[in-house]
Amino acid sequence: MALAGRAVLRWGARLPSPCPAAAPLCRPAWLPAACERRYSSRGKEKLDMSTYPVESIRNFSIIAHVDHGKSTLADRFLEITGTISKTDRNKQVLDKLQVERERGITVKAQSASLFYNHEGINYLLNLIDTPGHVDFSYEVSRSLSACQGVILVVDANEGIQAQTVANFYLAFEAQLSIIPVINKIDLKNADPERVEKQIEKLFDIPADECIRISAKQGTNVEKVLQKVIEKIPPPQCNTTDPLKALVFDSTFDHYRGVVANVALFGGEIAKGHKIVSAHTKKRYEVNEVGILTPDEQPTHKLYAGQVGYLIAGMKEVAEAQIGDTLFLYKQPVEPLPGFKSAKPMVFAGMYPIDQTEYNNLKSALERLTLNDSSVTVHRDSSLALGAGWRLGFLGLLHMDVFNQRLEQEYNMSVILTAPTVPYKAVLSSPKLIKEYGKDQITIINPAQFPDKLSVSEYLEPTVLGTIVTPHEYIGKIITLCQDRRAVQKDMLYIDENRVMLKYLFPLNEIVVDFYDALKSLSSGYASFDYEDAGYQSADLIKMDILLNGNPVEELATIIHNDKAHAAGKLLCERLKETIPRQLFEIAIQAAIGKKIIARETLKAYRKNVVAKCYGGDITRRMKLLKRQAEGKRLMRKIGNVEVPRDAFIRVLKRETDK
Amino acid sequence: APCPQWPYCRKRCSYCNFNAYVVPAVDEAAVRACLVREAQTLLRLSQVHSVTSIFFGGGTPSLASPSTVAAVLEAVAGAAHLPAGAEVTLEANPSSTSTSRLAGFRAAGVNRLSIGVQVRGALPAAAPAAPRDPIVTALPSQSLDDSELRMLGREHTAAEARKAVEAARGLFPGRTSIDLLFGLPGQSRDAWAQRLEVALGLCDDHISLYQLTLERGTVLAAQVRGGALPAPPQDLLADMYQTARAVLVAAGFRHYEVSNFARKGALSTHNLSYWRADQYIGVGPGAHGRFVPWGEGGHSREARVQTLEPVTWMREVQSQGHGTRSQAVLSPLEQLEELLTLGLRTDEGVTHRRWRHFSPQLSLQAVFGAPGEARALQQQGWLVLDSGGLRCTWAGLAVLDSLLPDLLWQLQRV
Repeated sequence: MALAGRAVLRWGARLPSPCPAAAPLCRPAWLPAACERRYSSRGKEKLDMSTYPVESIRNFSIIAHVDHGKSTLADRFLEITGTISKTDRNKQVLDKLQVERERGITVKAQSASLFYNHEGINYLLNLIDTPGHVDFSYEVSRSLSACQGVILVVDANEGIQAQTVANFYLAFEAQLSIIPVINKIDLKNADPERVEKQIEKLFDIPADECIRISAKQGTNVEKVLQKVIEKIPPPQCNTTDPLKALVFDSTFDHYRGVVANVALFGGEIAKGHKIVSAHTKKRYEVNEVGILTPDEQPTHKLYAGQVGYLIAGMKEVAEAQIGDTLFLYKQPVEPLPGFKSAKPMVFAGMYPIDQTEYNNLKSALERLTLNDSSVTVHRDSSLALGAGWRLGFLGLLHMDVFNQRLEQEYNMSVILTAPTVPYKAVLSSPKLIKEYGKDQITIINPAQFPDKLSVSEYLEPTVLGTIVTPHEYIGKIITLCQDRRAVQKDMLYIDENRVMLKYLFPLNEIVVDFYDALKSLSSGYASFDYEDAGYQSADLIKMDILLNGNPVEELATIIHNDKAHAAGKLLCERLKETIPRQLFEIAIQAAIGKKIIARETLKAYRKNVVAKCYGGDITRRMKLLKRQAEGKRLMRKIGNVEVPRDAFIRVLKRETDK
Repeated sequence: APCPQWPYCRKRCSYCNFNAYVVPAVDEAAVRACLVREAQTLLRLSQVHSVTSIFFGGGTPSLASPSTVAAVLEAVAGAAHLPAGAEVTLEANPSSTSTSRLAGFRAAGVNRLSIGVQVRGALPAAAPAAPRDPIVTALPSQSLDDSELRMLGREHTAAEARKAVEAARGLFPGRTSIDLLFGLPGQSRDAWAQRLEVALGLCDDHISLYQLTLERGTVLAAQVRGGALPAPPQDLLADMYQTARAVLVAAGFRHYEVSNFARKGALSTHNLSYWRADQYIGVGPGAHGRFVPWGEGGHSREARVQTLEPVTWMREVQSQGHGTRSQAVLSPLEQLEELLTLGLRTDEGVTHRRWRHFSPQLSLQAVFGAPGEARALQQQGWLVLDSGGLRCTWAGLAVLDSLLPDLLWQLQRV
């Protein structure tokens, strides 16, 4: 078909463009969009979308555990529908970021409109991509809100994994049609029957509804597209209704401002329309509308049921809040439900390795957060690490990915402190309630931790964790979970040798190394996913670290009473290893209030003088001494104890590989 | 103060990372000619009028023939004034110090002997990197135990060492120094005390006492790192050092530098000149010097290093008269930093007079008498600043390397 043909050519022309997939390390996140602009068909004939009535539209997502083949299946769809030409190079076409390609995960969801003729009818299939990890479940759910159905992809070899379960329930709860697909049937160890039984047992979907495919080889992929048309209902909406557009994603383009991805639940939209945001009440004039193929392809209009993008002079991504509803000026509508801001679950301090890099890091952070509005940024400073920020992330992977993008796309190396979670305190002191203007506060920084006397209850965030594992590891996993203060909620054999466990975890127990521990004790076979499960009452305390009796502000920690002793001991030991011996003895203590719970003693130097120093080369020796002298400037003095900056870094830094 | 280097050894000791070479045959005539030529060139360059001391270091300079030593001394005397009483020290190895050989050296003009019963002597050609963690010490002493000597890779036996010292004392009475090592892997506190006693019975009036330093790249360091030999604990090393200090001082020795003890005024003039930041000229492969090259129009003290590798060094000397590999002008601040770092190693410390020589404008009092690190260190009992100058207390000397960064930091801010 003609339209698709044009898209093929355009895609072909884009390949040798100045921003090929192998982009330089410091490619800014927004660059692909900016580059595509050169090749967008502005000036060319715009598409007329009125030829696709609601009945011929299908809006769907593909959901899967990481590495089960979601992106490969999307690549095949793009090829089959002629959206891109069929070459060997089509790998993770929708995953544009370097970090996505390297890790095989989707961070930033991309969407694509596919044109497909089935039984003589031209269909418009909108594939709304979703990020592939638990951390992004918020993004998954917002992508799903623009869909009527999903393709649930499960690896024929690995079977149902933790994320499969989490994603299934997101789709199920959104009452979407679900098309189960068993992928990788070409693999030697593929056991599609076993996986079908798992799906039947866990999701109550009859085995015969599963489609066995190999996305890699293209086997049965077309059958999936046909099922999409047959099984997923068209969106229920009307072009004659007033405009009602859901913002389900947004990106930032340095030349054109915010590009908002929208799904129309009613009416139509075109250039020149005046629109209002239900959330901000701000008014805009639409400059451009179009569809994503997956590049931006301007159209005359977008109609109810369709999915595309719009540009309307919004200057910041915050103006195009995910979940917001747009309507025509003076024709207000009931906003669509489900609007909620992304809620950071994990916080960490970020500091430049060298303070002279502060401004560069600041601008890199600003640019990266333009495209990732789910990261919260607060300025912070530490006596030891200097000026920096306290960042809030959706989860650990989100934090990792953000850090990796800073390194890859902005060439920035940073100090990231160990992650913490947002605690809450229910205040009982009238004075504090008055001071805060509310009786419940969120504590991000241990310095704000209110004393027990003025608090009726402390609360900690929890998550409901799903673990899927071969049964031989159950014992070890249960012990691990109990160590992490988790409470078992469910345990189910999904087949003869695979078990699904559900535990309620305090979030702080999983933020640092839970995933690594789980992977290592299960030889990599157990998978894990979690979802927000609200707050629970917790016996929290603030633990101080003292050096010769003086508290070290940056090492104060909020911690569960049961864990204080072990954590305090570990911190003291680590400090003892990293603080150099000095001319006097140093007591390193962990304390709760006035009570000392752990202590290490760093003995004084009794002898520290180089044995031989004559007329030989003292140049090297002088260099070392001068470096030590200059290092004095970077020393953080706590009382009279000198603590080098790297001691803090080593103690505070997240230990990724223990 | 020229310090000619003889870079060759018969065998490399397991703890040694000096610029030393073990070769099957040395063309001594050629090396001699080059040492002579370079000494002449550099003395001319420095335009020094009078030489106060000469130190033959190595390698193992006692492996060279007395005629080589004589030739170098003649060259020095020809290029500058060499007073009759000038100290001329030779580092010697017990296995190359027969009485007749020693007599030959004495006839050539050597008047002081430093015997490395365990350690090659006082002149590291390549400075040991500042020892941080892996400072290991053990203690063999004069009565040296053969197994300890074997561990150190020395080629002589304890009996040979004893004989060598006796022979040296006979020829150089009151002017024989011995080296002792403590902190050998596995050495106990008691063993060290015993060794020390034996050493006192054998020694002359000068002892250099070194904590064994595990230098990177040496066999001994690899053995300790690999776990084949134990690393002595820090507290044990401190105890051994303090024991030795006390024992030697009780025996009438003056602890005049971190690792050096002398009685009856037998201090090493040559080594004192390093610690007082006098001028010195390094001659031979890998030798270091600090002097003002007036002869080529220089006005500032320079740090110089001669080419390390003997064959290359010889080629350079033959073609241009010297084998200076690098020369760098030392800034006034750098000169003061060196003065402080070296001077505080001695019991006299940095005197006002010496400080004034390098810093005519800003007195020692002005820099370190003001509130700051130095004053705090004085109050804590590590340092003394008085009419004599700035120096370490008895306790401060043992932890000098913890004091220096503070002092240098204070100096840099002036």
